[in-house]
Amino acid sequence: MKKIINEPKEIIEEMLIGIVNSYPSLVHRVEDSRVVAKNAPAKQVGLVSGGGSGHEPAHAGFVGDGMLSAAVLGDVFTSPTPDQIEIAIKEADRGQGVLLIVKNYTGDILNFEMAKDLAEMSDIPTEIVVVDDDIAVEDSTYTAGKRGVAGTILVHKILGNAAKNGASLTELKEMGDRIVAATKTIGVALKAATVPEVGKPGFSLEDDEIEFGVGIHGEPGYRREKLQPSKELAKELVSKLLAAYDQRPKKLGILVNGMGGTPLMEQFVFIHDVLNLLNAEKINVAFRKVGNYMTSIDMQGISLTFIDLADENWQKALNSSVTTISW
Amino acid sequence: MLVTVKEIQAWLSDYTEAIEKNKDYLSELDTPIGDGDHGNNMNRGMSEYQKAFEAKQPQTITETFKVLSMALISKVGGASGPLYGSAFMNLTKASKDLTEITSEKQLGDLFETGLSGIQARGKAVAGDKTMVDVWQPVVEQLKHSDLSKNNIEAAKEQTKDMQAKKGRASYLGERSIGHIDPGATSSALLFQSLLPYLN
Repeated sequence: MKKIINEPKEIIEEMLIGIVNSYPSLVHRVEDSRVVAKNAPAKQVGLVSGGGSGHEPAHAGFVGDGMLSAAVLGDVFTSPTPDQIEIAIKEADRGQGVLLIVKNYTGDILNFEMAKDLAEMSDIPTEIVVVDDDIAVEDSTYTAGKRGVAGTILVHKILGNAAKNGASLTELKEMGDRIVAATKTIGVALKAATVPEVGKPGFSLEDDEIEFGVGIHGEPGYRREKLQPSKELAKELVSKLLAAYDQRPKKLGILVNGMGGTPLMEQFVFIHDVLNLLNAEKINVAFRKVGNYMTSIDMQGISLTFIDLADENWQKALNSSVTTISW
Repeated sequence: MLVTVKEIQAWLSDYTEAIEKNKDYLSELDTPIGDGDHGNNMNRGMSEYQKAFEAKQPQTITETFKVLSMALISKVGGASGPLYGSAFMNLTKASKDLTEITSEKQLGDLFETGLSGIQARGKAVAGDKTMVDVWQPVVEQLKHSDLSKNNIEAAKEQTKDMQAKKGRASYLGERSIGHIDPGATSSALLFQSLLPYLN
């Protein structure tokens, strides 16, 4: 395993200090904690997110004016603990309550729910928006449900804008649930991620294989398929995403997200194919974003996210400017 | 059988060692159907327990379970932290004022409160391919004075052919079949460490 690190078990601590010391005008660390918070927070509903590390820049990269109030960093691919989330909630609270944006994984849900209980014991009103945008896990009645993946950053962005404009906790919760319902993602991997403390990739693929329906935690995906040219991949992913909507969207926002190990060159080739397809389908693409936003350490692969932009306000929110490290 | 705070603390100390020894194995089990970190997570939690134990010097069974529960909740993370943490939190409550356990049945009743904590949090039932698939049989075996190394092993082994309905393994659907569950394994280690103290 070749990585630029020191001791694997010190990675989170060293990374966290590296982040806050690199961008001290934007963020700070809440002392002795795993929480990165924005400087000079405004009087609004607090927005807290977080999860396992390994998805950088998510979530610390989205802390700042117009987006998150604070992010909690768990160990690699491991959800943070309730005591740390509680610290983030207390930091984010300016008297209007705190909204937790939680990706749908058992660990995240359990720990954030426990933190919500703790916050309520301190009389901080708290709500949870669960993000489950991944469409790859079928038959979710018999599983832990659909996963929360790259679409999460669009939830951060739109709710961040609404919170800044004075939306209440209840309004943000309701809006968040609607945004999630309108957001769909699917991912493919060419090569698995290597978790530093594990030292080897989570699964292995042949030279001509791709793992279809991967999540962002290095677990194997739902199905293995043969590598296809970007055009074919785009056709398959676009049709799967469109089919996942009850009503075919007329206007979309799209996000091509690199999993960490895939060059921008490939991401731009891919989005070129996606845009051509959507153009041929006469679907209006009103927002586009390309890059590494919700990674899986060094996984080679990408995910494609669609958001139905029927709501004009969401389009405005996505295009509004923010002051964060990574948006 | 006589289990006092001494035996409980010796058991948990042995379990700490067992987790440390088996952490790579647990993470290996967590690789085909998870993200490969169960061993590291549990080891982090039990090391924290050891540190907290030395700092706090709990004197009773209930205090010991409380130190363990807090260590697991604040250091393990993932789903295992809240699930094991809730189990031992319930054990903390159920063992208030308890100074000795004199039968396997009494122990079974005690661990049953732990099992309810796990099921209340995680909502798993037997057959979902989780730690419940070891806790539930173990509770039954204790109630029938039937707890043995082989019975614990068998419960763990049975998770191999189950399709995961909960947790990260569930995203794999049928591909989760043929792999032993890591949470069931760390639970099997827990109860196997207990066996020497039941004679």
